[in-house]
Amino acid sequence: MKALLVCEYREGTLLDSTYELLAFADRLGAERALVLIGSDAALPAGTGTLYLADAAKYGEYNPDVHKRIVLEAVARSGADCVVFVHSSYGWDLAPRVAAVLRAGQVSEIVGIVDGGYEVGCCNAKMRRTVAPKTAKSVLTIQAGAFGATGIPAGAPQVERIDVADGATGVEFVGYEPAEAKGVDLTRAEVIVSAGRGVGKKENVPVIEGLARALGGELGASRPVVDAGWVEHSHQVGTTGQTVSPKLYVACGISGAIQHLAGMKKSDFIVAINKDKDAPIGEVADVLVVADVMQFVPAFTAKLQ
Amino acid sequence: MKILVCVKQVPDMESRFRPDGGGTWFEESDLAFRMNEYDEYAVEQAVQLKEQLGGEPEVTVLSIGPDRVNEAIKKALAMGCDRGVHIQDPAPQGKDPWQIASVIATFAGGEGFDLIFTGMQSQDRGSAQVGVLVAELLGFACATTLVGFAFADGVVTATRELEGGIKGVARLRLPAVVTCQLGLNIPRYPTLPNIMKAKKKEILGVAASGLLQEEPVAATARFYPPARKGGGVVLEGEVGSLVEQLYGILKEKTTVLR
Repeated sequence: MKALLVCEYREGTLLDSTYELLAFADRLGAERALVLIGSDAALPAGTGTLYLADAAKYGEYNPDVHKRIVLEAVARSGADCVVFVHSSYGWDLAPRVAAVLRAGQVSEIVGIVDGGYEVGCCNAKMRRTVAPKTAKSVLTIQAGAFGATGIPAGAPQVERIDVADGATGVEFVGYEPAEAKGVDLTRAEVIVSAGRGVGKKENVPVIEGLARALGGELGASRPVVDAGWVEHSHQVGTTGQTVSPKLYVACGISGAIQHLAGMKKSDFIVAINKDKDAPIGEVADVLVVADVMQFVPAFTAKLQ
Repeated sequence: MKILVCVKQVPDMESRFRPDGGGTWFEESDLAFRMNEYDEYAVEQAVQLKEQLGGEPEVTVLSIGPDRVNEAIKKALAMGCDRGVHIQDPAPQGKDPWQIASVIATFAGGEGFDLIFTGMQSQDRGSAQVGVLVAELLGFACATTLVGFAFADGVVTATRELEGGIKGVARLRLPAVVTCQLGLNIPRYPTLPNIMKAKKKEILGVAASGLLQEEPVAATARFYPPARKGGGVVLEGEVGSLVEQLYGILKEKTTVLR
């Protein structure tokens, strides 16, 4: 099998997720080629063919342009499968490539099982194995699911790609930076996070109280941030911060796959949830089956 | 302007799931169904655009599935959509995202929609493919994962959520498809008068079989619960005892209690 790995590049920087694609290709036992819309100044390490289109010429992400470049690399490399990270880039671009190739796509792969690809479903409560039925396939892998190879030795053999201008209905305008960081969770040794199971904004200080009692920081899941209970800088997960504290306490967090991706590398994970089957149990070292608002104040009192 | 909103009905995610007889999807009996959460943001954004444009656009809501999906269509009508389309399919889970997109695109292509809203993914299958595939099949511009939407002078300004709190802004010419992320807006609750009004709105029934033009390109082999972390402990019982047990475990297994 030959895999074409689609690297990500944003504002002059090659994203580290490239090395997760390499790790996945190794797991597949696939021969690999890479494609990058980027620059000579930020090439990935490792041997193999790299199809390079110049980002200075093609600009920041335009899906129609990137689609044409990836398709050109598919044609030149003769790849059987095209692999993306399931990121805002990958999930946006992968189906466009799959549609043109009329290829089966499997999204957000977390494992390889019995020759099929394992993916999460039902908010990560369940799993499915899915197999493409077409000669070529398009795959997106969950960030963090396959680890990274580390920086491999060697340098790729670069082949340049140029594509002709074509129609696009999309025009890139610019980036909006992340709001100024209120809290840097990546350095915290203990994080106590609030999820939807906390019930209401007025209950968040109770979770904060436990964080303080443990000498840690307050984290939060996405729904709690969207609801305006906690500000964004506390968000843990794919679109928030990726953390690895000594202790992570998830309070009323069911464990959507995007949240798990942001915290599963924590040394020790405690989950407090009424639902014994909540997917957070998949990564928890200890699952306390209890109502958060009964358990957390009692536990905080014990610590004090 | 003609607007289409695609919604899916999914089980309540608090449910307990078990495999069905075929072992490739969940057993539906005992499950309560509701509108896919991401799609609620899509409906709200479509209705807000209609309001912004003085009520001129016609907003059609479409859902594929068995008779129960009429409940999701009725909710969207009560939120302010004008008409419903029920694409009748007793077992849509047997179709892959490519086929679902093909059914939607065949229907939409015949109706001349200018703008299509969907959720960025469903909560049950979570493939995040259907919206983009519809755009590809129709040749529409497309932006995914919207946390901001604006429309002026025939152009959509889409704010996409990227990683780590960064956002990307793009302009789309119509016709276009946008897929909506959580937090894009605050979906309204249907009021009782609007629920009553919605009862009078048309729901057109169309058989999926007449719209499907594609063979599947992927197949589900198995549906099962995830493996739990080896050695993970589950504590159950009354709160006082749980507090003591957890305290003991943290003292023994971590260095955070000194």
